[in-house]
Amino acid sequence: MIVNLDKCLHCGGCVGSCPTNAIFLNDFVLEFSSKCNRCGRCVKICPVHALTMEGKQ
Amino acid sequence: MKTYNCDVVVVGAGPGGSMAAKFCAKGGLNTIMIEKKAEIGAPLRCAEGVSKKWLEEVGIEPDPTWICADMVGAVIRSPSGYEFKLDESHAGSEVGYVLERHLFDKALARDAVAAGAKIMMRTSCTDVIKEGGKLVGVKCRSMGEEIVIRAKAIVAADGYESQVGRWAGIETKLEMNDIDSCIQYRMVNADIDPEYCEFNIGAKIAPGGYLWIFPKGNGVANVGIGVMAKFCKDSEPKKYLDKFIETDPRFKNSQAVEVAAGMVSTCPGLDCAVDDNIILVGDAARIIDPITGGGICHACRTGMYAGLVLTECAKKGDFSKEALMPYEKMWRDRMEDKLYRNWMAKERLAELDDETIDELVKLISGSDIKEVNVYNLLKVVKEKFPKVVEGFEDLI
Repeated sequence: MIVNLDKCLHCGGCVGSCPTNAIFLNDFVLEFSSKCNRCGRCVKICPVHALTMEGKQ
Repeated sequence: MKTYNCDVVVVGAGPGGSMAAKFCAKGGLNTIMIEKKAEIGAPLRCAEGVSKKWLEEVGIEPDPTWICADMVGAVIRSPSGYEFKLDESHAGSEVGYVLERHLFDKALARDAVAAGAKIMMRTSCTDVIKEGGKLVGVKCRSMGEEIVIRAKAIVAADGYESQVGRWAGIETKLEMNDIDSCIQYRMVNADIDPEYCEFNIGAKIAPGGYLWIFPKGNGVANVGIGVMAKFCKDSEPKKYLDKFIETDPRFKNSQAVEVAAGMVSTCPGLDCAVDDNIILVGDAARIIDPITGGGICHACRTGMYAGLVLTECAKKGDFSKEALMPYEKMWRDRMEDKLYRNWMAKERLAELDDETIDELVKLISGSDIKEVNVYNLLKVVKEKFPKVVEGFEDLI
């Protein structure tokens, strides 16, 4: 997952919405774990479109 | 690894966490509350509007320090501009306050400290610790150092992120219908009514959610939007909010001085918010009003209940799920019916087309509602549009 740090507002919305609990927000840094199954939910619902999936632009 | 021992560790120093920490400490429990951010109550992830009545119920004295503005009314505006306005002519129209969350949250944290709780700032929980299948504490990063906090019970007050419960084995996963994605600007120099909260509804304004204007005095307002997640694919919340602000003449000479984002759950709460040695409170337990997205009063209530129940559990030295069940009963007795009713109403309202919403708002404006709340509005809807409330009319 690619995080656009210029867009991300560190709101944690993706963290709480992730069906596999694969995201961790440490203040300003989003970390994706191997539990990520590339479902794309976080990409769709980010209020500022700060996330894109690798291989898909 | 540095290890701390306590009776209760509270993860998150929002309103739910601070209330839980306060009531645990008051009950004589050795309580540590951790907060991952560098400041309690900031950055903002909230529209800051609350009603007034519940403050007394949880023992919070209204304080001008954190009350930013006192509302005398509310306006609900339909897609075509029909308005329902509740004004001063309606007796007892106590709508609510707009808060300064960064001060409100710190005031609650102060109360927790005064009761004897310890706070560890910039300390994020990274996992729970289980020994022989039993929860015995949390792993943390504290000021860059890995630490362990061992506790007899954990209060998960980690807000919408709600990870602590999931690490412990409580499923807090949400459906797309039950998520609203939100963004908000703090607008300044806006030409808005300083005493009215405004709710703009309709699919072309805020699909599956609403767009709010909460005044904070002196031409300042929180202007934000929640869009149901299933209608989001490419930053819809920001696009809809920007469109509204660009076209509304009240913001012609106005600019944003702060941007906040966040999400809210709009489900009726978890199936069960306790397990052995753990209680989930507030947003973490998905206990939020599904219509308004309001969660502060629910967080304060559940935090207080958690503290009271943990105090009782400590007397017997039993923090098992069974021993914690009185918490489950307390929040359900107080809030479950209303949460369920508003969840059903939200599902139905999200399906309505803009013409029907126009009709609904016209209808409400012609009715004699004394006090604006979801219950009173739904009563009118039930009378005139029974189809909208089919299946949960018993709750209205």
